[in-house]
Amino acid sequence: MNLLSLVLVNLGRNKRRTVLTLMSVTVALFLFCALGGVLDTLADAIKFGSESRLATRNAMGLVFPIPQAYRQRIAAVPGIRRIAVQNWFGGLDPANPHNFFFEFAVDPENFFPMYRSEIEIAEASPPQAQISLPADMDPKLAAFMTEQTACVVSEVLMKKMGWKLGQTITLQGTIYPGSWPFTIRATYRAISQAFGGSGMFFHFKYLEQKGMGGSGAVGVYKLELSHPEQAAEIAKQVDALFENSAASTHTETERAFAAGFVSMYGNIPFVLRVIGLAVAFAILLIAANTMVMAVRERTSEVGVMKTLGFEDSTIFGIVVTEAAVITLGGGVAGSLLAKYAIDTSHFNAGGAFPPMTVHWATVATGISVALVIGAVSGLIPAWQASRLRIVDALRRVE
Amino acid sequence: MSAIEVRDVYKEYQRDSQHIPVLSGLTFDVAPADFVALMGPSGSGKTTLLNLIGGIDQPSRGQIVVGGTDIAKLDGRKLAKWRSRNVGFIFQLYNLIPVLTALQNVELPLLLAKMSGKERLQRAKTALELVGLGDRLSHYPRQLSGGQEQRVAIARALVSDPAVLLADEPTGDLDRKSGEEILQLLERLNAEFKKTIVMVTHDPHAAERAHRMVHLDKGVLSN
Amino acid sequence: MALPISYNVRNVIQRPVSTLTTALGVGLTVAIFIGALALASGFRAALVSTGSADNVIVLRTGADSEISSGISRDASDVIRALPDVAPDPDGHPLVSPEVVVVITKQRLGQPGSSNVTVRGVDAVAMRLRDRVKIAEGRMFTPGTDEVIVGLRISRRFAGCGLGDHMRFGQREFTVVGLFTADGASFESEAWGDNAVLMPVFRGEVFQSVTFRMRDPSRFAAIKQVLEADPRLHVQAKLESAFYAEQSQTLASLIQFIGVFITLIMAVGAVFGAMNTMYAAVGARTREIATLLVLGFSPWSIMVSFMIESVFLSLIGGALGCVLALPINGISTGTTNFQSFSELAFAFQVTPAALLAGLAFSAAMGVVGGFLPALRAARQPLAAALRAT
Repeated sequence: MNLLSLVLVNLGRNKRRTVLTLMSVTVALFLFCALGGVLDTLADAIKFGSESRLATRNAMGLVFPIPQAYRQRIAAVPGIRRIAVQNWFGGLDPANPHNFFFEFAVDPENFFPMYRSEIEIAEASPPQAQISLPADMDPKLAAFMTEQTACVVSEVLMKKMGWKLGQTITLQGTIYPGSWPFTIRATYRAISQAFGGSGMFFHFKYLEQKGMGGSGAVGVYKLELSHPEQAAEIAKQVDALFENSAASTHTETERAFAAGFVSMYGNIPFVLRVIGLAVAFAILLIAANTMVMAVRERTSEVGVMKTLGFEDSTIFGIVVTEAAVITLGGGVAGSLLAKYAIDTSHFNAGGAFPPMTVHWATVATGISVALVIGAVSGLIPAWQASRLRIVDALRRVE
Repeated sequence: MSAIEVRDVYKEYQRDSQHIPVLSGLTFDVAPADFVALMGPSGSGKTTLLNLIGGIDQPSRGQIVVGGTDIAKLDGRKLAKWRSRNVGFIFQLYNLIPVLTALQNVELPLLLAKMSGKERLQRAKTALELVGLGDRLSHYPRQLSGGQEQRVAIARALVSDPAVLLADEPTGDLDRKSGEEILQLLERLNAEFKKTIVMVTHDPHAAERAHRMVHLDKGVLSN
Repeated sequence: MALPISYNVRNVIQRPVSTLTTALGVGLTVAIFIGALALASGFRAALVSTGSADNVIVLRTGADSEISSGISRDASDVIRALPDVAPDPDGHPLVSPEVVVVITKQRLGQPGSSNVTVRGVDAVAMRLRDRVKIAEGRMFTPGTDEVIVGLRISRRFAGCGLGDHMRFGQREFTVVGLFTADGASFESEAWGDNAVLMPVFRGEVFQSVTFRMRDPSRFAAIKQVLEADPRLHVQAKLESAFYAEQSQTLASLIQFIGVFITLIMAVGAVFGAMNTMYAAVGARTREIATLLVLGFSPWSIMVSFMIESVFLSLIGGALGCVLALPINGISTGTTNFQSFSELAFAFQVTPAALLAGLAFSAAMGVVGGFLPALRAARQPLAAALRAT
């Protein structure tokens, strides 16, 4: 037997109380880490997008187009190696209206080479006709390139929706009204953490002809840079080109562009932190309450131990340790449970976020919070026990 | 040299704003290996005197020298250390820790001394065998009778081999037979092991087993 | 024979530290519960008050929000000519075709930006939406580069205060007035003259047409007429239903999060209450035994402890109400991804929410107190009398 086993034995004194306290601390820490997981996921979402690629949009807002004429002028800016178009389509699968996924209309001969380090073509239909592709395009895209209504869909989405290669899916346009048939000619997978979400890509020409009457209004240009460290200056140069035009532009790194969407959530992280604090405070109260009760019942025993020669400081340490052990147990249980539950749920708000996760750092924080709060909650009863005079302790028979 | 020298000791308590004197200028000696019965009506201060000698309370004024050390001058920490080595307590209500076994209860004071776990166990076992409970090592206090509990308490008081044993009404809660066993044990500890024993009691029967009796009334000694 | 309630009340008061800590634990849970209700209330209020069941809003077929819709001038004229459209006191049809876009603006006091809805209106819009009132400044002069901004937006975004200039494209617009709309989502918008904004924004196309019905009971028929017209390609909805739909996802999300958090905290608080009540029962063993001997039934003992637990939790509930009250009226906002624009709203702590909070605390008291109360009632008499 040693001092630690004394602590454990004391906890076993009233098993029901210890278990109840343990469970409420577990529950509180579960919540704390679940909320932390939301914050972690948002933090991950901000890391979408590359810092060496730029995104140009209409300065007024995303709903406004950029004239196609801008393309040549942007291409002329030194340092820009390639330009691709990426237009938001906004369609719904009428068979699954609540399953949200993105659809982008792109110019594939520029877009896919630009993203070759992030997107890898997995499977593809064989091409119907012979066609020569640019050297830096994946040859598997041949079938896709020969059909204007073809599309490339993410593997994850294929599985989720039960689609097959070669299948024609029909989406309802919300911005571009009508029924839009697309034939799946290839599937892709993301090979970089920075590429987020799952959805599909199709030909900009299709959108232009069927939905824009041939007018070709661009939503977003993606710019590939030859010298990524010059990103900031090049962005300024691009915007300077159109400062005084009817449609002025706003250019920023792709990462900043993605982060902008996350910032739309505004106050939510703050609110979640406040709730997390409230939860932590609640744990403190529960643990403190338990410790006060537990120690009060042991007044005469504390007296006896002092009689035997145990120092006040030792008694103090024993009580604080007791408090910390209960909360440590609950902290470990709750944090791990939260990580397990959330990571396995793969909840991702329909592709708007990376799948929800709880970072190990958050688990560690949760456990430390529990430990510290446990120790703090034991402070008052520990202080009282250490200050107890032997004669008073022995006299008090509860 | 006396084992215990109490010199001109005063002790008063404060309740609200009133000062209540319990001991006023008490002087008292106990020789080594003596067995003294401290008697007196309730409120006479006998338990207070015992507590002072044992270092679990401190006098308002005066000297208390036990085993050569003036414990009235020691601060809290040193006093705790001193207690763990020099004195063993036996209480009326045994005061065993209910969640520890008999063996663990006796082992408890040894946690304060520098010795290995093995040594501690050995010593505790020996102490329990000495009091005749070698077969009850893993019993919990609630599984023992009153007399057995008190014997465990005595084993605990002995285990760090103190020179002095202080007993506060050791047989107060026991029936005649068990009380008798306890008193016999105390006699043996005094005769064989030369322990100095001061026993507070109001039972004349118990008092008879001591070498001498001392009376305390309103904080004043009389023989 | 029933035990007097004063017995329980006194017992609760006699253990101040333990009572207070348990009450605070319950209180925090109740405060968060009320906060979640207040958030949902405020959110709902913003949207419910936005739409009227007397108005119809017309969007292009297939559009899921105003900004993805497009209605030509001609189509808008067809709608104006409908006999079902109610006239204003001067005889003009109460029809408001509107340009709606979403622009990106910097947030005030927080990093990042969000989307603000800008709406082009004609003068008739104010008559159609009669809850909109100018709070500061004045209405914009038609035909000029002037705009009015919703009060909520002016506080939350940079450069949207009275006298500030908002830049759209190459033109600068001056904010000449701030308006309120009874908390409706219009308060999260900026309004300008249709004729001036149209060329700046999307060209010759409106995003929505809203009108007042002469006879609201005819809505189904009106809807059919509009949707069947081959010139139009539109869908028609009751304005109130439209705004309710727009908020559905976000409302469910808020509700889900609120319920999730509160339930979990409640479990923790119940455990805390259970602990406290078990301790109370344990400390009063002999007392309970005495009561049983005196002739009180085990049932009355059980009821008595349940009441004590509920009383304790109600104290917590009251504390929670007090803690939650200050958030009433606090403005917050987030992006409603369905409409792709910022929706600002205020927490609304309603009397109903407070009552719900108290009821919730009482429920926690009942659940937490049940087992300990049962134990008190079932305790074996003889053993209890001997216990210290």
